[in-house]
Amino acid sequence: MIAPRTLFDKIWDAHAILAAPDGTTLLWIDRHLVHEGSFHAFAMLDRDARQVARPDLTFGVADHYVPSHSRALPVADPEAAGLIARLAANAARHGFDHMGMDDPRQGIVHVVGPEQGITLPGLTLVCGDSHTATHGALGALAFGIGASEVAHVLATQTLWQARPKRMRISIDGRLAAQVSAKDLILAIIARIGASGAVGFAIEFAGPAVRALSMEARMTLCNMAIEAGSRTGMIAPDDTTFAWIAGRARAPHRAAFDAAVADWRALATDPAAMFDREVRLDGASVAPMVTWGTTLDTALPVDARVPDPADAPDAASRQRMAEQLAYMDLIPGAPLAGTKIDQVFIGSCTNGRIEDLRAAAAILRGRRAAVPGRVVPGSVPIQRAAEAEGLDRVFIDSGLTWGEPGCSMCTGINGDYVAPGARCAATSNRNFAGRQGQGARTHLMSPAMAAAAAIAGALVDPRQEAHP
Amino acid sequence: MTQVAIVTGPAAVLAQANIDTDQIIPARFLRKPRAAGYNNFLFHDVRAADPAFPLGPEGNPPILIAGANFGCGSSREGAVYALTDAGVRAVIAPGFGDIFAGNASKNGLLTVALPEAEIAVLMDAARAGLPVTVDLPNQELRAGNQVFRFDIDPFRKRRLAEGLDDIGLTLAHAAEIAAFVARDRTTRPWSAPTPLLPRAG
Ligand code: SF4
Repeated sequence: MIAPRTLFDKIWDAHAILAAPDGTTLLWIDRHLVHEGSFHAFAMLDRDARQVARPDLTFGVADHYVPSHSRALPVADPEAAGLIARLAANAARHGFDHMGMDDPRQGIVHVVGPEQGITLPGLTLVCGDSHTATHGALGALAFGIGASEVAHVLATQTLWQARPKRMRISIDGRLAAQVSAKDLILAIIARIGASGAVGFAIEFAGPAVRALSMEARMTLCNMAIEAGSRTGMIAPDDTTFAWIAGRARAPHRAAFDAAVADWRALATDPAAMFDREVRLDGASVAPMVTWGTTLDTALPVDARVPDPADAPDAASRQRMAEQLAYMDLIPGAPLAGTKIDQVFIGSCTNGRIEDLRAAAAILRGRRAAVPGRVVPGSVPIQRAAEAEGLDRVFIDSGLTWGEPGCSMCTGINGDYVAPGARCAATSNRNFAGRQGQGARTHLMSPAMAAAAAIAGALVDPRQEAHP
Repeated sequence: MTQVAIVTGPAAVLAQANIDTDQIIPARFLRKPRAAGYNNFLFHDVRAADPAFPLGPEGNPPILIAGANFGCGSSREGAVYALTDAGVRAVIAPGFGDIFAGNASKNGLLTVALPEAEIAVLMDAARAGLPVTVDLPNQELRAGNQVFRFDIDPFRKRRLAEGLDDIGLTLAHAAEIAAFVARDRTTRPWSAPTPLLPRAG
């Protein structure tokens, strides 16, 4: 009898080509996603006169540098235009599928992969981007890699990896109304810490996770890296299979049925052991918002700004004071009511159709008190939102509706938050300067960002929701 | 690739935990070609805001001692380029972002993880101006009369010590890879992406 195994173990074992004496394993990589920022890796290939080993398993998407303003005009920034063109040229030269700025499939790489059926359960998938964990929501082993590793995968379609430990995060019960997967992951990180899962592969499990839609599962897995884990995954189930059925690059008809039969066997065996188990009650999770510049600074929106005087030691006192100074917050003041200057709704965390619906449900028929930008995660999402009239809701409320891409999440496509400005953002990182030099970022759910837009301040979305 | 054996010299101290790669190099510089010299981007915005910041584009001590979870955040290898181009050859911390540590090992930057208490001792030694020695072959860290042992996985150690070309090493296993692919085709026939239908228009 085979020893009981976790979802992670099953996928890892199925991809192990060979192991070095110290256990470092050469893994087969089923899918490799590249973006404009992968140019360093292509330069390494060129330097050593190497070719892409498996162009059929390599997929290029333009996302980080593409403008979110009109696509009708050429890209104004010559360096950004150069990187976008360079990805297209590398795709043409090496013969891999490329979803450039004018492609109807284009979007943020972690939105496009699942949407196109490129991401499937049971696969290994890598990308030179730390939010690759997103794809684990479909039951794939997906993780971010650096440029040297991107070059290695391009040249060999394999990767040397040390086997991580396994952590299961089980969420009991159900999330309350107006509490989303974003709130859940922020609550998890607040609980285990920004480095709480370094060296672990996380499996999210439990009834509250099973009840989540695929979009919500992707939000959850997306931010595994913010707890330090390179990978977050969820066992595939009927929700997953129904979501994948009919997607362009997924198996079709008989092949799909055969695949589903295999995918069902991926779930963690009941007796399998984890190196660490964490449990959380879903019903206890409140709408969350971050106050600082690290991911472990999320608090329920009805909490108060923490006071460095309460910190356990001198080092954390100092760190807290620095973060409060950067964020320009007063210790002890209620978080709700903090004035904001703008909102950003989008990113690979919260740029999917459900996120846009959640934001639009709050904004419908109302005016935003501050400017804001809504950026769909992909062209198909943009089209779907427009078909539902969501773009009108945003525009009528005074927000702008952008073209798909990373946009203000990391501020390198020309959209950024001005120095000192305070942004209510649905993205995934509140690091100092992440959204622009001196930008002050509060992370939250799409519903809370929409509510913040109307109030011009941080606000509890449970008080804003329509009955 | 650079070979690493023993790094010795003064050490800079950055005591905060969770120094993320957006601090080490802001995203707007990642578009620059490597030949631009990434040292100019090292902690660019942090330096601008803090004239007393201990690291600069050049003339840096070869060793950096940092707080927990150093290099968390994005996968940008530019964070490692910025450090190595600025002359940093080893970083010692209670822990690292996983992707950062992997990137470091591929670029000849030694990362050493030690318990918080030992880091505190080393930080004091460095602040007192004592040189620090990172001895990779013996997996030992020395400062004054203090000696600490550290763990490193053997593969990573060999790669740093010998400056291995990973891709060349892997391609030597071409036969095993081919055998895996042949086997995999029958065990997971659904794993190949469905070809794209020719698009209309
Ligand atoms: S949306 Fe943000 S986090 Fe996601 S891939 Fe783009 S830049 Fe990275």
